[in-house]
Amino acid sequence: MSYLGQQLVNGLTLGGVYALIALGYSLVYGVLQILNFAHGDVYMVGAFLGYFVELALGGPTKSIVPVPIMLFLMFAISMIGTGLLGIVIERFAYRPLRGSSRIAPLISALGVSILLQNAAQLIFSANIRSYDTSSFIPSTLGFSIGDVTIDSVRITVLILAFALMFALSRWVNKTQVGRAMRAIAIDRDAAVMMGIDIDKVIRWTFFVGAALAAAAGVMNGLLLRGVSSGMGFVPGLKGFTAAVIGGIGSIPGAMAGGLLLGVVESLTQGYLSTNFSDFYTFILLIAVMLLRPNGLFGKKAIVKA
Amino acid sequence: MKPLLTLENIDTYYGAIHILQGLSLQVNEGELVCLLGGNACGKSTTLKTALGMVSPKNGSITFAGEDVTKKSTSTRVKLGMAVVPENRRLFGPMTVLENLKIGAYVLGDADPADIERVFELFPKLKDRQNQLAGTLSGGEQQMVAVGRALMSRPRLILMDEPSMGLSPRLVEQSFEMIAGLHAQGISMLVVEQNANMALSIADRGYVLQTGRIVLEGKASELAGHEELRRAYLGR
Repeated sequence: MSYLGQQLVNGLTLGGVYALIALGYSLVYGVLQILNFAHGDVYMVGAFLGYFVELALGGPTKSIVPVPIMLFLMFAISMIGTGLLGIVIERFAYRPLRGSSRIAPLISALGVSILLQNAAQLIFSANIRSYDTSSFIPSTLGFSIGDVTIDSVRITVLILAFALMFALSRWVNKTQVGRAMRAIAIDRDAAVMMGIDIDKVIRWTFFVGAALAAAAGVMNGLLLRGVSSGMGFVPGLKGFTAAVIGGIGSIPGAMAGGLLLGVVESLTQGYLSTNFSDFYTFILLIAVMLLRPNGLFGKKAIVKA
Repeated sequence: MKPLLTLENIDTYYGAIHILQGLSLQVNEGELVCLLGGNACGKSTTLKTALGMVSPKNGSITFAGEDVTKKSTSTRVKLGMAVVPENRRLFGPMTVLENLKIGAYVLGDADPADIERVFELFPKLKDRQNQLAGTLSGGEQQMVAVGRALMSRPRLILMDEPSMGLSPRLVEQSFEMIAGLHAQGISMLVVEQNANMALSIADRGYVLQTGRIVLEGKASELAGHEELRRAYLGR
């Protein structure tokens, strides 16, 4: 029982990270119907920014500020900086291609992906960095529910991931920009007729999507996975998978898809095979696609005359 | 009378097709003007040009004293244009209340007093405010579309075929509502195929044929016009 509980906690933590990445895909797809395949690399940049904020504050062992403040700054600066990068990517890689064929932004996205990876390697070198979280958050710190122990890093990640998802839901449902974003996704021309400044809403969408990916990147660093220029590929693919499982364009779908993917991955790693967990992940994708081609929360595709 | 919206010598193209050919029209402050014409004569394109959804190749558009020819739709809506689009174009998966709030987008946020005013005008919507707009009946959707347009406190409402897709009884109600709004001092440009109905409530009218204004005048004069009667009023 405790083993299962442990795997579930791990799965939810991992799933929270996937969900945050998946949201970026779905938000952008919702307003522009493009797949931002540079998203995984945006996540990588977020992880690097978090790392350099950590270094700037004195590093893992000699931090000049208390740990909670350091964590706050790592997340905040990384999210804002990466969010701005999202705006720049939209402006230069996607906006000039608006109105062209559907394949053009896809190719552009791959170009941005390669550009970001190579730029990161050039600027940060090919070395794999580590947040070295255990030096400033002792792994013994944490709490137990029954036999299940959750260390404090996982608690932080879990709470923050859910807090961000909650904040996003509020933003999408309760603010005018969030409402405008949904309106654009539903009927773009009608949204224009209401006086909505489409470009402004698209900028916000890219900012928010990239900021969430950055948060996921910092979480990944805190969970002690390596930070390197190529780190975005697999999580980017998983985030995309999660978004598709949930129904691309659907916000609750991206959240549910991410959490489901994390739990499935964690359980297959725990019970079946560590090496083949990705195999099961993508089996899940294929199964969902066969049974519900529009994803768990997806709308039936409407072909407009 | 002060002109509120002026289209002057407008040429609009879709690709190589010349849709509006030197079209000029004007809506004065407080006026209800109808734009009549058959299918595919450029009525909707005229509205879209006025709103900035399509840009004319030649000509100028003045609204509320400003040259808006090169201005975005967003800017025009901010200046006081609002639209009740063809087929209403509600945001179906959003609630009635959210649709109204979207209408106030250019004001920053919706004023609760404006929402109350729409509910006073259409009491039915108050009961249905949390229902998804897509689940409403045609008549109720029309109310939401008009209410949504009112939310931006417009000086001019552009209406594209308000009678389309409504039953005869609802068409009558719809025109009564338009006349009611006009009585409150709101200027309107109403595009309609139903010439009888439109002329019965309008101050002035224009008749559009293949992208050109072929007739214009007081609604009462147009309603008695022999040629128009034969061409559009079916008698």
